[in-house]
Amino acid sequence: MTTDTTTQTPEAAATAPPGPTPEKKRATQGHRRLLTRRDRITLGLMAGVPTVLHVALVWVTAIASIFLAFTTWDGIGFDSIKWVGLDNFKQLFNDNPQFWPAVQHNIIWFVVLILIPTPFGLFLAVQLDKKIRFSRLYQTAFFLPVVISMACIGFVWQLVYNPDTGLINSIIGANKPGHYIDWIGNPHLNLWAVLIAASWRHTGYMMILYLAGLKSVDPSLREASALDGANEWQTFKSVIFPTLRPTNTVVLVVTIIEALRAFDLVFVFNKGAQGTELLSILVTNNIIGESSRIGYGSAIAVVLLVISLAVIIPYLIATFRKERRA
Amino acid sequence: MSSTTLPLKRRAPIRPARVLLHVFLAGTALAWLAPLLWAIFSALRPYSETSAKGYVSWPSKLTFENFTNAFQQSDMLHYFGNTLIIAVPAVLLTLFLSSCVAFYVSRFDFRLNLALLLVFTAGNLLPQQVIITPLYRLYLLTNLPGITASGKLYDSALGLVLIHVAFQSGFCAFVLSNYMRSLPHELTEAALVDGASVWRLYWQITLPLCKPAMAALATLLSIWIYNDFFWALVLISTGDNMPITSALNNLSGQYFTDPNLVAAGSLLTAIPTLIVYFALQRQFVSGLTLGSNKG
Repeated sequence: MTTDTTTQTPEAAATAPPGPTPEKKRATQGHRRLLTRRDRITLGLMAGVPTVLHVALVWVTAIASIFLAFTTWDGIGFDSIKWVGLDNFKQLFNDNPQFWPAVQHNIIWFVVLILIPTPFGLFLAVQLDKKIRFSRLYQTAFFLPVVISMACIGFVWQLVYNPDTGLINSIIGANKPGHYIDWIGNPHLNLWAVLIAASWRHTGYMMILYLAGLKSVDPSLREASALDGANEWQTFKSVIFPTLRPTNTVVLVVTIIEALRAFDLVFVFNKGAQGTELLSILVTNNIIGESSRIGYGSAIAVVLLVISLAVIIPYLIATFRKERRA
Repeated sequence: MSSTTLPLKRRAPIRPARVLLHVFLAGTALAWLAPLLWAIFSALRPYSETSAKGYVSWPSKLTFENFTNAFQQSDMLHYFGNTLIIAVPAVLLTLFLSSCVAFYVSRFDFRLNLALLLVFTAGNLLPQQVIITPLYRLYLLTNLPGITASGKLYDSALGLVLIHVAFQSGFCAFVLSNYMRSLPHELTEAALVDGASVWRLYWQITLPLCKPAMAALATLLSIWIYNDFFWALVLISTGDNMPITSALNNLSGQYFTDPNLVAAGSLLTAIPTLIVYFALQRQFVSGLTLGSNKG
């Protein structure tokens, strides 16, 4: 997905299309006979070129991250790579004052996103799914923050939070000495301030995912539920919500990955300084900051990688298993 | 017209619950737009006025001056050009390459296809920071004398195009392969028996049928790549080579000296995204949800 960190996930419940599935084995052998040599070369290139590009830039680099995490390297010649074992990790876990706060903030980021904007997005989706008037208009308003770049959102919210000229402090009079509230610089406040901006965006994204999920709910379920005399809440709780399971899986994965990827917004907001450290910020500071320690930066990336794969692998296995069965 | 007590068209009675719902939704929608409206309001006011009266005050003059100043002073057109040079090839290449992979995986059931899709999809879900350190070094060590202005992959539009294509093709390959699998097999089977080449099956039969999915993905990719901040921040060193979204970071402070100009400048960078979104709203939303229900 994206660099705009709109995390996208493949379909959790992609089922095979209806219709007769061809007998794969025989079809394949038939293909093989019909393919000329030129066809095979064409096919090889069609699958090969994109795969080589993707694997070289994404997987080779990811594996290089793991390898480099156990070394020190000045980045100049390959012969200066030195094996240091677990040194980088030891330093990271024991002597880096930013590491544990960053881990904690990433966790808080996820917890907040899953507890506040996700249910609220679901709530909005359920309301907008009632075929009411102006539904498109409301949807657009909630979805606008998802379209605009995270960097731009960072600037917009700076205008809201700016301690001297911002909207909040101007209204509550907290831009004067004595009452001064520094939403951006105060390490006790800035994480929560930036999380409000992140939640503002996340809500619309979740709303769209749930709206798509609700569209695929069989209308006869609602009718049956209404006939049984269930009220709106009962219908939602015992009929609609259980059918949203595949959507919930996607939402959970998207939210975890969004929390791990959070970067742009924080970087624009206050450079990830005191109070808003995140793993992604620490990795990046190791490249564009003053100290560029390759092994050390890679060690932080490995922590990020391990957490991500712990989510990605089970999710993909479940997805593809469903596909196979279908 | 005689007044009848029974209107011909039965209109649903106005229910208090509905009214309440509309009040709630309209209020929430307004609250959601508030930060953006605030940015627009700040951008429309002259700096002299806001510094004298404060930002929360009744405006005596609204002007587009901040927008024109932000646009001209920072040479924004140049940065929009940079984005165009990166985004157009990246979107086209991503669609082309991922549709090739999808075609292979969905039409020719070779044993590789599951592994291939897994690799692509998983790679696509990784946080970018996992790969950035080695990628940055790789870009610095790749010498391309004469091909890019910098002589390396680092600090070049080519480098950004490559990473965008590599990173985004995972998701697109996944979506397109699902889409292609839903197309009737008989179409390609028949053509294959008639001796059509594989390339023709792809280019003349399969691709035209994938237009809706391609349009949705193209919209999504354009917006994502335009909005990219991170890759350009790390992989471009010369401020002049930056695409607009990342350049914004350098420009604020350099040219956008007061909040009114910052507001105008950041809103200007959002305009192309919004135009694409409003023009292709349906494609964008369907692209986003292609991943979460049966596209």
